[in-house]
Amino acid sequence: MAGDRPLVQGTPLLEARGLTRILPGVVPVTLVQNVSFTIGCGEFVAITGPSGSGKSSLLYLLGLLDRPTAGEVLIHGKATHTLPKKDLARIRLEQIGFVFQFHFLLPEFSARDNVMIPMQRLGALTPKQQKTRATDLLKNFGLADYVDRLPAELSGGQRQRVAVARALANAPRLILADEPTGSLDSRATEQVFDTLQSIVTETGTSIVAVTHDMDLASRMQRRIHLVDGAIDTDQILPPSVRD
Amino acid sequence: MNLLFKIAGTHVRNRLRQTIVSTLGVALGVGFSIAMAALMQGSQRDFVESLINAIPHVEIRDEKRDPTLQPASRFYQAVAFHGLRPLDDIGGIRNPTEAMASLRDWVDGNLAQQLSGQAVLRYSGQDLGMTLVGVVPTDELSVSTIKDDMRRGRFEDLATTPDSLVIGDSAAGRLGADLGDTVTVTSASGLSKRFKIVGIFHKGVSASDEALAYAPLKAVQILLEKPNVINRITLRLDTIAEAPAVAERAERQLGYKAVSWEEANEGLMEAFAVRNVIMYTVVGAILVVAGFGIFNIISTIVHEKARDIAILKSLGFPEHDIQLIFVLEGLVIGILGALAGCLLGYGLSSYLSTIRFEFSVGREMTHLPIYMSVWHYAIASGIALISAGVAGFFPARRAARLNPVDIIRGAT
Repeated sequence: MAGDRPLVQGTPLLEARGLTRILPGVVPVTLVQNVSFTIGCGEFVAITGPSGSGKSSLLYLLGLLDRPTAGEVLIHGKATHTLPKKDLARIRLEQIGFVFQFHFLLPEFSARDNVMIPMQRLGALTPKQQKTRATDLLKNFGLADYVDRLPAELSGGQRQRVAVARALANAPRLILADEPTGSLDSRATEQVFDTLQSIVTETGTSIVAVTHDMDLASRMQRRIHLVDGAIDTDQILPPSVRD
Repeated sequence: MNLLFKIAGTHVRNRLRQTIVSTLGVALGVGFSIAMAALMQGSQRDFVESLINAIPHVEIRDEKRDPTLQPASRFYQAVAFHGLRPLDDIGGIRNPTEAMASLRDWVDGNLAQQLSGQAVLRYSGQDLGMTLVGVVPTDELSVSTIKDDMRRGRFEDLATTPDSLVIGDSAAGRLGADLGDTVTVTSASGLSKRFKIVGIFHKGVSASDEALAYAPLKAVQILLEKPNVINRITLRLDTIAEAPAVAERAERQLGYKAVSWEEANEGLMEAFAVRNVIMYTVVGAILVVAGFGIFNIISTIVHEKARDIAILKSLGFPEHDIQLIFVLEGLVIGILGALAGCLLGYGLSSYLSTIRFEFSVGREMTHLPIYMSVWHYAIASGIALISAGVAGFFPARRAARLNPVDIIRGAT
């Protein structure tokens, strides 16, 4: 479990240096422009901004799903822009968990099997341990009774929590969430937000979440506001504001 | 790997109907290929069998592999000679008794000696040029199927009746001669002798039926003025496969040209080889078509499962894994198809072998000749698997190269 790891607050877990992403074409489109920041362990960061401000594009760059046109992403101080795709996949598998706006579960696999998929690929645990861990994760998120259900048999909020459990499967240090509550009603939003919050406080895993929900963003520890692909404000929110 | 199998399995099951259709495509391809191969090779073996029954397995002739040198060229190193009178060679295998005895020592099978030459048969004012073959009747019967070809009279009577003749039915018809008639036979050098017809054969080969006549060896040696000479030894072996080896050894031993049935029918063997190439090309084409079916379904799955591919990639599955999933799907269809195809092929060839035919003319073929071989199954299945793998490979590569960001963006 991630909680077992020695945790030093403020260690630069992730560092973005002058990140720029330009979509090539007849008229090149600048998605992200010269973005730099660092994220330490145990941070809960919101990336906000109007639509089209490059929030999601930035998240894909941070998650090594996309390569920047310029600049670089460092994970634990290690440069990643020169690594081959195979190594990037390995870093995603071991250290980064993704949660998307839509649940993105494999439809033919049960909730527990979906959570087990990253563990099976990594192969660090025995099949029995994998099953136990998947069940435990789902239990933590209040899904103890739904482990054997297929995604289609779950509600939107439940699916999204399964997706969060899957993101946590290999105990990553960083979870990247792209509008994790974007398709949920207010009650389900609340449940998922609480789940994410508990992960940060209990395991020290950092979460970077893209959201356009300013109310939700204001409850996180830190807010990075993007306008036209560049950082407009990057502020740490004092606890008083959050509550 | 287990996980990849599981994912591949769910994809294939999800598109069950299409999977079954493409599996059937492969199965039909493999099944028909196997049945066709069994039929082709069966008919080839059937044909070769009847061929080697009708001709000698090894034939030794009074020829040399290399032309005989004239005495002058043996003594002088010259480019050409003019005005030389060539040495007359009486030809034939001399001292046949000794040659036959030395062969009998080691050859497993039967031998027969012949002396053949050209002669003209005359009867009731009709002349007919023929090849006259002098035989020892009992020996000849042991190496050929002439007994089965006899229409009237008995071949054995050549041994008991002096100056007797067995001729083809066409020749008899053209001469207007019948069993028991006496014809005049004139050799190239002008010698004449009277022979009595004691048998008429029909081989179904017009060259033989029109222009071949058998007579006792001694009588022919006298007529052709070649006493104690033969020019052909025919062998019928117990083991046909030994023919080339026996031919080689006999040639080394006697110094005369010995030809095995395979060498004599080289053109035919080549034709069979070409036929096999054509067959496997057709088989390959059938399976390539089946491969397109596989390509089609896997392309569809890749298209449908683009989102799953993006998920797996974002979870940290390398491209190699994604590609493997879809290649596996192709192979699963290929393997299932090949197995079903082997069963179908076996059923088809078993059924074909029970079909009966009746031919009014010529040699009767009672049923389709079917030859089953493990190789047919192995080759057809192998080609099916290769084409399934290739058919899976291209969509799989496309899947592996899909950019997850494009898909996630498209979905949100």
